[in-house]
Amino acid sequence: MNIDGHEHVIEVTDLRRVYGGGFEAVRGISFSVARGEIFALLGTNGAGKTSTVELLEGLAAPAGGRIRVLGHDPFRERAAVRPRTGVMLQEGGFPAELTVAETARMWAGCTTGARPEAEVLDRVGLADKHGVRVKQLSGGERRRLDLALALLGDPEVLFLDEPTTGLDAEGRRDTWTLVRALRDQGTTVLLTTHYLEEAEHLADRLAILHEGRIAASGTPAEVTAGRPSRMSFELPPGYFPGDLPPLAALGVCDHEYDGRTVRLRTRELQRTATAVLTWAERAGVELGALDVRSASLEEAFLGIAREREEVTAA
Amino acid sequence: MSTVLTTPSVRRLRALARAELSLLGRNRGVVVTALLVPLLLPFSMRPALDHVDLEKQGISVGAAMLTAGIGFSFLFAVYSALVNAYVARREELVLKRLRTGELTDTEILTGTALPTLTLGFAQALVLCAACVALLGAGAPKAPYLSLLGLVAGLVLSAALAALTATVTRTVESGQVTALPVVFGSMIGSGIMVPTEVMPEPLASVCELLPLSPAIRLVRGGWTGQLSAYEALGALATALAWTVVAVVAVRRWFRWEPRR
Repeated sequence: MNIDGHEHVIEVTDLRRVYGGGFEAVRGISFSVARGEIFALLGTNGAGKTSTVELLEGLAAPAGGRIRVLGHDPFRERAAVRPRTGVMLQEGGFPAELTVAETARMWAGCTTGARPEAEVLDRVGLADKHGVRVKQLSGGERRRLDLALALLGDPEVLFLDEPTTGLDAEGRRDTWTLVRALRDQGTTVLLTTHYLEEAEHLADRLAILHEGRIAASGTPAEVTAGRPSRMSFELPPGYFPGDLPPLAALGVCDHEYDGRTVRLRTRELQRTATAVLTWAERAGVELGALDVRSASLEEAFLGIAREREEVTAA
Repeated sequence: MSTVLTTPSVRRLRALARAELSLLGRNRGVVVTALLVPLLLPFSMRPALDHVDLEKQGISVGAAMLTAGIGFSFLFAVYSALVNAYVARREELVLKRLRTGELTDTEILTGTALPTLTLGFAQALVLCAACVALLGAGAPKAPYLSLLGLVAGLVLSAALAALTATVTRTVESGQVTALPVVFGSMIGSGIMVPTEVMPEPLASVCELLPLSPAIRLVRGGWTGQLSAYEALGALATALAWTVVAVVAVRRWFRWEPRR
């Protein structure tokens, strides 16, 4: 228990991971996850997501820092932690020549308090695949088998490393529904994803990883707060951005023009949009491909990557 | 090692061994090699054995072929098959996935080895029966020594397989990395030619090879020629190799493919 009364199921303090060649994949990150929360680690490929999750799963010892999962060190106190966690690796590791049912039976035999295999396979939509060999499953079906095995032991904490990579749109929605249902039953979920939409839909809180460090963290609303909104439209021939009302006075912080489309980033979306649309109405101009959107995780994400590059360049 | 004996551990080992047995049965190449080589290869040596003066050493042709068969069983039914299994499971990321669960590292390696170890043990019993019935190998004089040798040989073959797997990247390259142990043992450990008929000091050196004490115990138990001192020496050598192999595996075994 911590001071605000929430039990922190996962606590990470100043975590570092260094690979054999000296590459520092995780460079001192700290966060905590409360019981019954969905926490997303977001980042581009190579940001350190999987390196971090593997440490939380107890597959390797960190180079520095401290991890507590359910109050234990997941690497040193493996036996105390494993019966209470479920893990889905980024790439499933199942013998190609076993059938779905054989794989589930094997995993159930290795799991304390395992649910009936058929029930769990049914839950992920593999009820009609029992006799199919793993090598004949599609990529999406393999992800769902992996999820089924992670759920077999009714875990208190679930680690999902890119759970929906390779799934089609429907499979992705199904997985989201399942993960939310698990959270509602009290399961704590830590997932990684590079789909911003996934983090936006699922995560109660998230951290954006960039080059092994946490660049931003909080609820999706907190992370996007303070990020500029976007507006874009096409000007008809004969009109130029100079014809628009003075942009800086409307809260526009940045604009681009490629000879046809105008892209604005603004801190005051309503004022900017009203001014531009009023101008168009008065001038009798038809704006093409009009798009107005408030700040999203994507904006925050791209903004962070851009700011870091500028820092590196400077 | 005490955790291996607790009940959940037994349940996990059984689940893993059962899956591994299905996989073994579905790998035709490995099955054919494991089943046929130890049963057929000793017969191909029969003409060669006639040139060696075995009688002077008190070894019957039946006993010589029996130990050859058991030795081939160590090398092909257990060692080679297990190098293949460990490397294949690692490359398929199965070992990594298993380590995310409740199995301990020892259980993962043991459970994977159980089907081939059982196969090797059953094969040895069949070979014993066949050599007694068909080749007049006679009854063993000290069966407990043969049994000790058999168990030591099986354990060492599995440990050597795990060790070989640490330096093997792919299933294909396993056919090369397994050769030193296979040929070294065939020639030097008394499988093809009993070390007793080798000249000194070659024989003394060969007796120190990893599988030599196991073969020596199996054969000595059968012929009853091993003194208590020699039997203890062989046991100590086998034990030393087992400790070395286990320590090396714990230290260097790779659970994930090199990327």
